[in-house]
Amino acid sequence: MRKGMPKGCHHNGAGGEMTGKLKSGRMVVEGSYAAAHAAAMCRPDVISAYPITPQTHIVEDLSQFVADGAIDSKYINVESEFSALSALVGSSAAGARTYSATTSQGLALMHEVLFNAAGMRLPIVMTIVNRSMSAPINIWNDHQDSVAERDAGWIQLYTEDAQELVDTTVQAYLIGEDPDVSLPVMVCMDGFILSHVFEPVELLDQEKVDEFLPQFSPVRALDPENPESFGMFVDPEYYMDFRYLVEQAMDASRQKIADAARKFESAFGRYYGGLIDTYHTDGAEIILVAMGSLVGTLRDVVDDLREKGVSVGLLKIRAFRPFPIDEILKVVARAKVVVVLDKNISLGTGEGAVTTEIKAGLYDSGSDIRVPVMGFVVGLGGRDIPVGTVQRIVEKAKTVAESGVSGRSEFVDLKHLRV
Amino acid sequence: MTLPYAPIGKPGSSVANKTGGWRIFIPVFNAELCNGCGTCETFCPEGIVHKIEGGDTFIADYDYCKGCGICARECPKDAITMELEEK
Repeated sequence: MRKGMPKGCHHNGAGGEMTGKLKSGRMVVEGSYAAAHAAAMCRPDVISAYPITPQTHIVEDLSQFVADGAIDSKYINVESEFSALSALVGSSAAGARTYSATTSQGLALMHEVLFNAAGMRLPIVMTIVNRSMSAPINIWNDHQDSVAERDAGWIQLYTEDAQELVDTTVQAYLIGEDPDVSLPVMVCMDGFILSHVFEPVELLDQEKVDEFLPQFSPVRALDPENPESFGMFVDPEYYMDFRYLVEQAMDASRQKIADAARKFESAFGRYYGGLIDTYHTDGAEIILVAMGSLVGTLRDVVDDLREKGVSVGLLKIRAFRPFPIDEILKVVARAKVVVVLDKNISLGTGEGAVTTEIKAGLYDSGSDIRVPVMGFVVGLGGRDIPVGTVQRIVEKAKTVAESGVSGRSEFVDLKHLRV
Repeated sequence: MTLPYAPIGKPGSSVANKTGGWRIFIPVFNAELCNGCGTCETFCPEGIVHKIEGGDTFIADYDYCKGCGICARECPKDAITMELEEK
């Protein structure tokens, strides 16, 4: 229990667990607690993480679980995020199920190890509490941290609310540990917006999770009886082929992500889409695209505009890696305009990564789909994205839907500068 | 050939990689000038300079000698010379 918190009045709302099993069932908890609880239910053998805002509560809760004897995981204390992920690389190679959580600068410090974990095909699961990148230093939400790691070889799943985060965490182990995939997975939640908000969450029951998620059975693991060297030096004769194998595994994960979502639905009754989810996209002329908690705002906007007769729908990207271009193309094929709201900016291109990748996919599709794509950079460093802002974006989209011609991407809601 | 799903190998497998192919200059050992002090063996960063079998002078294992030239530089008798190796 955190200092200064009276017994039975735990900050996370779930009451103070002193020993024994964690409580399950529906209760109002902080998003971070929900994340920690979900990770605990997956029975990680090894947890290693370094606290950093806004991820801190997750590691505090997990270390509390370990200290209380509520879970059997080994918690490795480290001096940095680089070491946290390195400790998990070793643990995972030895056949342990592993968990970490980080954000922003911490994720950036892991950069080198991210590539190692993926290249060594280690199915580590890590919660990313999305936060902006310095400078200027800022602790609030956008997606720059994980989007910047899009080439590292990690599967990236984005979640809309705390419940989806919980459920996706369990799915992440199933996907990553599949022998055809064997890749690490980031499960992303928006900093503060999800991590520090109290929501009603169905905390998962240990027995049901055990039934859903088999024990980790690694393809290969370090074994003193049969010594092997993991992460070996590979010369130009082989390197490129190993990189191709990672791409193949990414490709294989597409079906596994969809399957895991359906399997979870059968077991727990909740479903959030596979690689993508759609909302009122059938026959919609304007299709909004987003990732993370912003999708919740957009659902309200779509409801509101539909009532007013605007033909608008919503495409949520759950999996950013692998990028679900085939699924996206199917949805936007008959639309008149695609409107992408990016909480990241690939500096020097003038637009966010989702915008760029959808455009690239459209051009590359080999199909005759020709739909204008409008890119909007929104909500950087925690700037609010109110309903009014989205409505103004949709007004612009109506014009493009008629003309069929979109302009350059733009920054939305700058306050002190003019575009 | 097929690859394992990840870069995993058996320990000791670096012996199979004959790095002598990286060499441009080859150390030529002159047994007549050699006084058998073993300085070349001590300084070799690859650990592949050794005493000739049944003799007192030294030679490199050319399967693994990368031709760095440290032995030639350190030899107190100038008994090792680096020569361009034609392949």
